[in-house]
Amino acid sequence: MSIILETKDVHLSYGKKEALHGVNLDFEDNSITALIGPSGCGKSTFLRCLNRMNDLIPNTTITGSFQFHEREIYASTIDLVELRKQIGMVFQQPNPFPFSVYENVTYGLKLTGHSDRKFLDEQVERALKQAAVWDEVKDNLNKSAMSFSGGQQQRICIARLLAVQPDIILLDEPTSALDPISSAQIETTLLELKKEYCIIIVTHNLQQASRIADRTAFMLNGNLVEYDNTSKMFTNPEKQDTSDYLNGKFG
Amino acid sequence: MNNIFTTELKKLFSVFTEMGEAVSAQIEQATESYISHDKAAAQSLVQQDNSINTNEVDLEKQALTLMTLQQPVADDFRHVITILKASSDLERIGDHATGIALETIRVKGSQRNKDVETDIAALTVMIRTMLKEALAALQSFDMQSAQAVANQDQDVDAKFDQIRRDITAAIQVDPSVAEAGASYLMVTKLLERIGDRIVNLAEEMVYNQTGEIVELNQGRLHPNG
Repeated sequence: MSIILETKDVHLSYGKKEALHGVNLDFEDNSITALIGPSGCGKSTFLRCLNRMNDLIPNTTITGSFQFHEREIYASTIDLVELRKQIGMVFQQPNPFPFSVYENVTYGLKLTGHSDRKFLDEQVERALKQAAVWDEVKDNLNKSAMSFSGGQQQRICIARLLAVQPDIILLDEPTSALDPISSAQIETTLLELKKEYCIIIVTHNLQQASRIADRTAFMLNGNLVEYDNTSKMFTNPEKQDTSDYLNGKFG
Repeated sequence: MNNIFTTELKKLFSVFTEMGEAVSAQIEQATESYISHDKAAAQSLVQQDNSINTNEVDLEKQALTLMTLQQPVADDFRHVITILKASSDLERIGDHATGIALETIRVKGSQRNKDVETDIAALTVMIRTMLKEALAALQSFDMQSAQAVANQDQDVDAKFDQIRRDITAAIQVDPSVAEAGASYLMVTKLLERIGDRIVNLAEEMVYNQTGEIVELNQGRLHPNG
């Protein structure tokens, strides 16, 4: 398993308040890594650093190293559109654009200059199939993406991201707004997608982390407490804090 | 529950079934080696038991991983618990069969009693039939079969009592059979214990299906009956 993204000594401050106190994490290709921890521990903040989503927040200072394909994500030469094409993100609330399913999935492709109808058709089908939502939307590609169920909308958002063929998929609590059946469908989709992508997921659902993640990172108060194979972490964690959190004793 | 759990549970059941077949063969071969006084065959059986013990440990590890990572509830939870408990019973049945093989190696004296040995062979057939039906009931979730298996244990207990009386009578008639008689008693008792373990399998099947913890062992319900 090869490391696709490596972060070292990541510090992030909002003004004078430091939210991440030196996090070191590396991520393997073709695997799912879960970031867990109580609210405010910094896991979403850290996730958003990985495709520079924190850049727009005023007074934010980020230091440390983020090596992706042997390039520094925060280098001044990095093209943000290109970066976010390679490292895409799915959010807690499904956020399809108020367009048709077809226009949602082709949005990123059109942005990068693709206009050939046949190519776009092929990519729409591929992406929707990979996101395991093709069968449910294929007869309604021109219908508004907003008209589908929450679970379907979330998978359309995953397809929108897959259309531009990213390397890494970031997911910030992607199922917390969904019912158990839709959540299970997303989990099954992610288990399929990990064969081709590196997936990093922030989740409050510990069962979800244990079910699907190959590795799990536990964060607390802006620090990385423990990072290990999920089976080891959930069976015999090294740190008492990890055990206490997994057992619901705090957080 | 998700596909990973279903796939892993199927694998567990499949390993469990193989373990059951191996243990059944172990009982047959152990008794055969005992009756035919084949110490070499018994020796090889004792070595084979290690692989059954290893299987049981592997099965246990896999079941525990499944419990920890997939955190099953309701019927999925019962399936994993059933395999955990049943594999432990199978492992102990394997140990009892090994006990018979060890007795084959240990026993001395050439003075034997053909009738008792024939009865031990008959008891072995009863035990193996019970085991086969218990394993089938576990696979098919057949509640009636589970009760039928438990009922057969009463026949096993009756056969055990009869053999015990015959051994005592044979020793009274010809004291030179005493050494073999003690060994016969040991082996017959091991077979009877295997019967009790098979009743456990039937009880586990009921738990698997209904979540009820039941006592199907009539001997335990009525120790003097």
